Amino acid sequence: MKHETLATILFLVFVAGTLAITFWASRNTKTATDYYAGGRSFSGVQNGLAIGGDYMSAASFLGIAGIIALSGYDGFLYSIGFLVAWLVALLLVAELMRNSGKFTMADVLAFRMSPRPVRTAAGVSTIVVSIFYLLAQMVGAGALVGLLLGITSDSGKVWTIIAVGLLMVVYVVIGGMKGTTWVQIVKAVMLMTGAALVTLLVLGKFGFNLSSLLGDAATQSGKGDAFLNAGLKYGTEAQGIWGKIDLISLGLALVLGTAGLPHILIRFYTVPTAKDARKSVMWGIGIIGVFYLLTLVLGFGAAAVVGSEKIAAANAAGNTAAPQLAEAIGADIFGEVGGTILLAVIAAVAFATILAVVAGLTLASSSSFAHDLYAHVFKRGEVTDKEEVRVARIAAFVIGAIAIALAIPAQSLNVAFLVALAFAVAASGNLPAILYSLFWKRFNTAGAVSAIYGGLISALVLVIFSPAVSGAKTAMFPDVDFHLIELSNPGIFSIPIGFLCGYLGTIFSKEYNASKYAEIEVRSLTGVGMEKASEH
Amino acid sequence: MTVQHDSSVYEEMQASEQFQELRRRYRSWAFPMTVAFLAWYLLYVVLSGFARGFMGTKLLGEINVALVFGVLQFVSTFLIAWAYSRHAAGKLDPLADELRAQVEEKTP
Repeated sequence: MKHETLATILFLVFVAGTLAITFWASRNTKTATDYYAGGRSFSGVQNGLAIGGDYMSAASFLGIAGIIALSGYDGFLYSIGFLVAWLVALLLVAELMRNSGKFTMADVLAFRMSPRPVRTAAGVSTIVVSIFYLLAQMVGAGALVGLLLGITSDSGKVWTIIAVGLLMVVYVVIGGMKGTTWVQIVKAVMLMTGAALVTLLVLGKFGFNLSSLLGDAATQSGKGDAFLNAGLKYGTEAQGIWGKIDLISLGLALVLGTAGLPHILIRFYTVPTAKDARKSVMWGIGIIGVFYLLTLVLGFGAAAVVGSEKIAAANAAGNTAAPQLAEAIGADIFGEVGGTILLAVIAAVAFATILAVVAGLTLASSSSFAHDLYAHVFKRGEVTDKEEVRVARIAAFVIGAIAIALAIPAQSLNVAFLVALAFAVAASGNLPAILYSLFWKRFNTAGAVSAIYGGLISALVLVIFSPAVSGAKTAMFPDVDFHLIELSNPGIFSIPIGFLCGYLGTIFSKEYNASKYAEIEVRSLTGVGMEKASEH
Repeated sequence: MTVQHDSSVYEEMQASEQFQELRRRYRSWAFPMTVAFLAWYLLYVVLSGFARGFMGTKLLGEINVALVFGVLQFVSTFLIAWAYSRHAAGKLDPLADELRAQVEEKTP
């Protein structure tokens, strides 16, 4: 049997299994709490796994392994930012949000402010961030299928994007948060198992001697010792000082963005108490940390076993490094059939990864549309539970359709920078608004609205005039040049701008509500009056 | 459903010595630690950009400073997460539970 056939079968088994879970979950999805927050009935461990499944995208699995396989150490820089970021979520955000919010990020902001402008801003930001992230994942899916399943025709790629889009809409519309969470849990277990298996085989081949693995990787990469140090991809010496500032800018967005990503924030509402939210982040940190250590071995292993040249020949960005490694190491140890099986397993895991992440993004954006924009801005809160859920389901459909419609023409463009941009917007707009509203007594409506729009707009404008969009070979539009700045990552400017806008907006407005601040402070720290788990 | 509380209950609680103690215990741990791990992470990123000679120094076989520094970021993240959960379970949760019970008693 060819690996494409086997991978397709394994993937279909995953789809069938997760669809069955989704339909089962839909029987218990009646109220808004069920749809938006899975009835708040997940345990800390379950939600920790789901956090891993929501966060470890194909970009981190295939992308980081690929960057390490081709450019060595630089891929590890990405992993570290992605992991350390979880401490911001653990120490400052997760528990306090669980205690004071209900369904969306905006719930916490709207608590002591004028709800309509704040919810509008938070809703816009949520939908923008989620759609950027969604687009990057879906374009990635189209490219991947060609590489892993041997579908190379343009129509094949278009159908893949449509299929991924339809599946994510089905998971979200039918299963709501409960179905989506289970898809993420199943995927997290599959991804960890697959990555751990290949890692063990690679380490075994090198007698569990990391030094000899690194030595072979450096030799096979053709780059020598430089392969084991930073600087081959980000902030290269040739790019000079701007390249290095760009590296720091990327690092800042990664570490501060996670705790402002809407699809991550809504995960904290799926557990019964703040203690469970803490426990789920602890589990998430453990799973994500171990996963990135595995990716390090996969990346260097791919360079050592397959060789950077062969990886770059298959895909210029190195996205197939992990599957190629699985095939080579499987064949090396178990013979050709072993290689085929292992390749198929890793290819199927990669698809499961994409599906779980896009479902989480669709849920976050449709929830925010229904709960923030429709229920509270358009209808001023005069809406029934049932109607809100109906609108959320329609919104998931519409967002899925928009994502498919944008992803198909974007296929030929380099949209990899959209993930970094989503992190930058989350760090520049959402995080300042969240932190100020939890910790700053004086914060008010004007401050929240200024922080979100200030961070969002400055990050977008900086990226539009950056080499990521025009004026470089790797740009989104390589044939035109209207770039004005040398930074591809806006964080180093846009994050301080977001915080500054929030500060200035606040002090130039007289609004201040002491009793509301007392309420949110007491509630966030003690859990008084928090939203309970729903009973079934 | 959320029970609507009388806001004066919250102001009273916020002003109480016990709540101020809870707030102090939380902030005096979480804020300095956030500054510390962000500084530690930024040091790592800046060295990766500007001190590549140092980061490339080999320590043991092919294992260099850059790799050890990177793995130490993982270790520090795991340790801080563990230390926070200990701090929260020991110093924050009991007091928070007690204060929550107090507020809930005063409201219908």
